[in-house]
Amino acid sequence: MTTPISTPQRPARPAGRDGFAQLLRAEWTKFRTVRGWVVGMIVAALVMVLVGLFAAGSSHIGCGRPGSPARSGRACLPHIPIGPGGEVVTDSFYFVHQPLAGHGSITVRVTALTGLYASGNSPVGQGPVGQGPLAGMKPGLQPWSKAGLIIKENTRQGSAYAAIMVTGGHGVRMQYDYTHDLAGRPGAVSAAAPRWLRLTRAGDTITGSESADGRRWTRLGTADLPGLSATVQAGLFTASPQHEVTSPFFGGSSSQGGASLATAAFDHVGTSGRWPRSGWTGAVIGGGISGSYPVRGGGYHQAGGRLVVTGSGDIAPVVVGPGAAFPTATIEEHLVGAFAGLIAVVVVATMFITAEYRRGLIRTTLAASPRRGRVLAAKALVIGPVAFVAGLAAAVVALLLGARLARNQGAYVLPVSWLTEVRVVAGTAALLAVAAVLALALGAVLRRSAAAVTVAIVTIVLPYILAVASVLPVGAADWLLRLTPAAAFAIQQSTPRYPQVTALYSPSGGYFPLAPWAGFAVLCGYAAVALGLAVYLLRRRDA
Amino acid sequence: MSHPLPAARAALPQAARGEWAGLRGALCAEWTKLRTVPGTIWLLVATIAATVAVSAAATAATSCPPGIACAVDTAKLSLTGVEFGQAVVAILAVLAISTEYSTGMIRTTLTAVPRRSAVLAAKAAIVGGLVLAAGTIGVAGSLLAGRLILPGRGFTAARGFRVLSLADGPVLRAAAGSVLYLALIALLSLGIAASVRDSAAAIGVVLGLLYLAPIIAAVVAGNPHWQQRIERYAPMNAGLAIQATTGLHSLPISPWGGLGVLAAWAAAALLAGGLLLRLRDA
Repeated sequence: MTTPISTPQRPARPAGRDGFAQLLRAEWTKFRTVRGWVVGMIVAALVMVLVGLFAAGSSHIGCGRPGSPARSGRACLPHIPIGPGGEVVTDSFYFVHQPLAGHGSITVRVTALTGLYASGNSPVGQGPVGQGPLAGMKPGLQPWSKAGLIIKENTRQGSAYAAIMVTGGHGVRMQYDYTHDLAGRPGAVSAAAPRWLRLTRAGDTITGSESADGRRWTRLGTADLPGLSATVQAGLFTASPQHEVTSPFFGGSSSQGGASLATAAFDHVGTSGRWPRSGWTGAVIGGGISGSYPVRGGGYHQAGGRLVVTGSGDIAPVVVGPGAAFPTATIEEHLVGAFAGLIAVVVVATMFITAEYRRGLIRTTLAASPRRGRVLAAKALVIGPVAFVAGLAAAVVALLLGARLARNQGAYVLPVSWLTEVRVVAGTAALLAVAAVLALALGAVLRRSAAAVTVAIVTIVLPYILAVASVLPVGAADWLLRLTPAAAFAIQQSTPRYPQVTALYSPSGGYFPLAPWAGFAVLCGYAAVALGLAVYLLRRRDA
Repeated sequence: MSHPLPAARAALPQAARGEWAGLRGALCAEWTKLRTVPGTIWLLVATIAATVAVSAAATAATSCPPGIACAVDTAKLSLTGVEFGQAVVAILAVLAISTEYSTGMIRTTLTAVPRRSAVLAAKAAIVGGLVLAAGTIGVAGSLLAGRLILPGRGFTAARGFRVLSLADGPVLRAAAGSVLYLALIALLSLGIAASVRDSAAAIGVVLGLLYLAPIIAAVVAGNPHWQQRIERYAPMNAGLAIQATTGLHSLPISPWGGLGVLAAWAAAALLAGGLLLRLRDA
């Protein structure tokens, strides 16, 4: 009010200039100078962090065995083997091995694979770990019961390996370093239809081959194990993962499990290369509770040229699920606050356009910049990056503090590669940015803030709730997360699905039906369509 | 427009005499306001359509294949749409107040009816009544859809699933409770809108309050203690306990107790809204 009345002469601007940079600056000024919107974005970041910390902090874990003092927090953190790729792994099996120095190969014929399992409601399944009586176990193989040849760095859990095997329900497979799985000849093994398996080591490369008759061989695949020691442990193995029954209903979490055993019969064992003359050594690798479920020992029996090996457990990545024997947390659990942040971001982004209609400012805006499509583009380019920055800052803080908090509470935060971590964090921020653009477009289409905010929140958040926390069966939940904008939360999934591990991969367990970027693309598609419609209507309608 | 409004006109002189007459006038005024805005009828129709459509879709998407024990609460399943319909109800209730603030109408309203609590009470009565009516149709339609669809999806009487019928005590309770649930959501939204005033912010607060709790409850599943607290005291989780017809003994909160929690939320919101309406300048 105290400024002099004579306005200083501004440097002359070219008449009629409405450069995009100027438009961007105008929109940025609008955003920056409305206190409620700036506060709204800060609130979005804060609630995102706070909700994430609440989720991480509320998971107080207690542990301890009967007869020993109860422990809690960090003392409960289990020792879980880590594979060569940095992922947590299950590495429990019965290993009949010899050291192999340098190059060499091993060949074997498998004539039988049979199994026993404890169903979840029989006491054996939950009974003491170890080689208890087999009473109460039912005969039957698990789909991923496996037996065959393995070459392994050493007998420590989590070391590098390559294996070729027959399985209970998936034919011959070659697997290496826990996450890799190659399919070979399908069908079950029997005395009438035996399988010949061969592993050959040359340097860091291990080649797996299979044959039906021992004469005509098919190369199944090669595994590159960089830095493999000169002397490795090689031999025969048998493993059998937990028996699992899952129902596709109510979160799909009614899984019943019990330990299982598999027994394989081998003969025609042949070796080439430098093997010791001492003969075979049998050992349980990783007894006790291993990875995610109890393991029941094993053993082997040699008679003539015939070897019978019994084992339990699995050689595979750990898949988190309702059946996990130890409390785990995924990094995305600390980002659950993104839902709260999203709601605040949607409110601000909607107001960014609807407030112009309410105040009549839209007419001034359009008079200043008659090319209406560019106005909307400028608004999107302001609100999107603002939401991204707020989301990124909140996600980084929530993840750092959340992971520390969860660890202190005794939850095992599943390790992921830094690339995955970057994808989850940046993806969460990008999700907020695209949701803001979607909300902006809806606001321009509907012009009413209440309706636009509701449509945005209901289409992004409600399908997730219906999929994760409602009575819908897994199949319907999967479809919801394929078709609706809620699919974008797949970008937060840090642990992949592994076809070689039987588990319930349901939305309520944190597994989305679409790949991370595909899910994110669904939201982008919705935002693009809404923005296109908004531009069209902004041009066609009177403001 | 040239028709006189006898009720409203008669109410004016009485307003000075009796409190109830003043409330009657306020009721009339609110009814006229809400009735003559074109959005109201569309939102009511949308509430019904959203509830029935989502319920029918959820029911049709669920099937009970032979040989599997299906642990499905069919009444709750066929009322899934209430989770969606409540969002439309929230819009209706929020707009009943926030549009007055955005257009400046609130000053006219408060000039005509200076007792501010009467204004809020009248709005609550009218919006609540309308939502009860629309909710009844929506819930009845959802149950009808469930009744028609469920037997074809494997939920047959032969497998222990009774045909949905209001003659069944728990189903009647779930249905009537769902209607009340929607009305309480309207009151909760109204109270929040009276406090927040801005429609976008108010609807954001309402939907955040409703929808965030189930997500957080799913994440803290590792801690039954906190999960149970959320299931008991969050408005949507507690309120929807009224829809359960099976496994009642394992519910974190009893059906009517849950609806009571939601009623407490709604009462608290209305109280806060009423206080702020009295204390602040319009």
